[in-house]
Amino acid sequence: MKYANPYVAGVGLGLVLIAAFALTGHGLGASGAFAASAAGTVRAIAPDTAAANGFFNRYVADGADPWRDWLVLEILGVFVGGFLSAALAGRLRPTVDRGAGIAVRTRLMRAAGGGALMGVGAVLARGCTSGLALSGGALLSVGSWAFMMSAFAAGFAAAPLVRRSWP
Amino acid sequence: MNATDTFVAIGIGIAFGFALERAGLGNARKLAGQFLLRDFTVVKVMFSAILTAMLGLYWLGRLGAIDAAFLYVPDTYLAPQAVGGLVFGAGFALAGLCPGTSCVSAATGRGDGLATIAGLFAGVLATGLFFSPLAAFYESGGHGAWTLPALFDLPRGVVVFLVVAVALSAFAIVARIEEVRDLPAEAGSRLQSGSRLLSALAVFALTLGVLAAVDGVRTGTHKPAAAVPLVRPHSGC
Repeated sequence: MKYANPYVAGVGLGLVLIAAFALTGHGLGASGAFAASAAGTVRAIAPDTAAANGFFNRYVADGADPWRDWLVLEILGVFVGGFLSAALAGRLRPTVDRGAGIAVRTRLMRAAGGGALMGVGAVLARGCTSGLALSGGALLSVGSWAFMMSAFAAGFAAAPLVRRSWP
Repeated sequence: MNATDTFVAIGIGIAFGFALERAGLGNARKLAGQFLLRDFTVVKVMFSAILTAMLGLYWLGRLGAIDAAFLYVPDTYLAPQAVGGLVFGAGFALAGLCPGTSCVSAATGRGDGLATIAGLFAGVLATGLFFSPLAAFYESGGHGAWTLPALFDLPRGVVVFLVVAVALSAFAIVARIEEVRDLPAEAGSRLQSGSRLLSALAVFALTLGVLAAVDGVRTGTHKPAAAVPLVRPHSGC
């Protein structure tokens, strides 16, 4: 089945964002779930390290459970929602999206490397495309728009270097 | 977190993931295509979502259905967000997925989505573990809940209108680029498909934007203006 018209899907996404704000007071997010689960992992292995760490401490302060963080639960929902949508549209298929001129292994390395860079960037910026760009952008936050502009600028600059990743 | 909050969090996540997958944003080829100017799905989805939420929250706040003070505006830390954005954007182009879309990609059976998730987790974990040298930079340039209306010294409603005007112009330019470059019209990615509905949406957005500009000039404030409740709050009891 074809994907939805992107403008219509975008309006749908905007309505989901309004619902998130109306029900919880904050918007959508994704990188925060990775930060919380990293904090949870560190706490499970070395509780003192997590409590003393300048970044992870905020997720474990006052006996908070990072695995019960709002964003961790939300991102579990994202997996379920993405799966359901693809299942209903007949789009579930084990594959690796890549260009014809590139090996699966290379593509996976680039995906992991890109993920790692995004992890670094999201920690520094305090968010990602969901929480900072989309949610903060709708509320006209200066930092959100600054992040959005520099992320797109870097994306456009970097993409030609890995053009062969794609068809 | 109680049972209701858990239910709401998972429910919102399901709707979020569903919308991303519908739009085709679980597919790294579509996201990478944006950075190569071959597929404009990302810009279309992202900016129509921002317009919808911005206009919706503005007017729901003004009509008293939502308390604007209840909405969390991300704090601005200009330097770390600009630099973090550069690192993030390079990773985004390399992976062809962002954190949210990588989860959708993995959930729909894609190995590159799973690899992006693994990389993200490693990147966040490593940055967190070696955070001390970054801490001073991380805390630099703090401006609190700084907004574009305050930055440009314009009423909030006027900025809302300007964002609508810029986004609709960008959509028109994208349509022109698609026409000139004759990009493969995969899956209703052209503005032309379903154009009557899209024209109606654009006119609706523009109308709400113009009304916001008028409202902004009238109230003249950077901050969300006090609500004029159409729905009267319950009194007493």
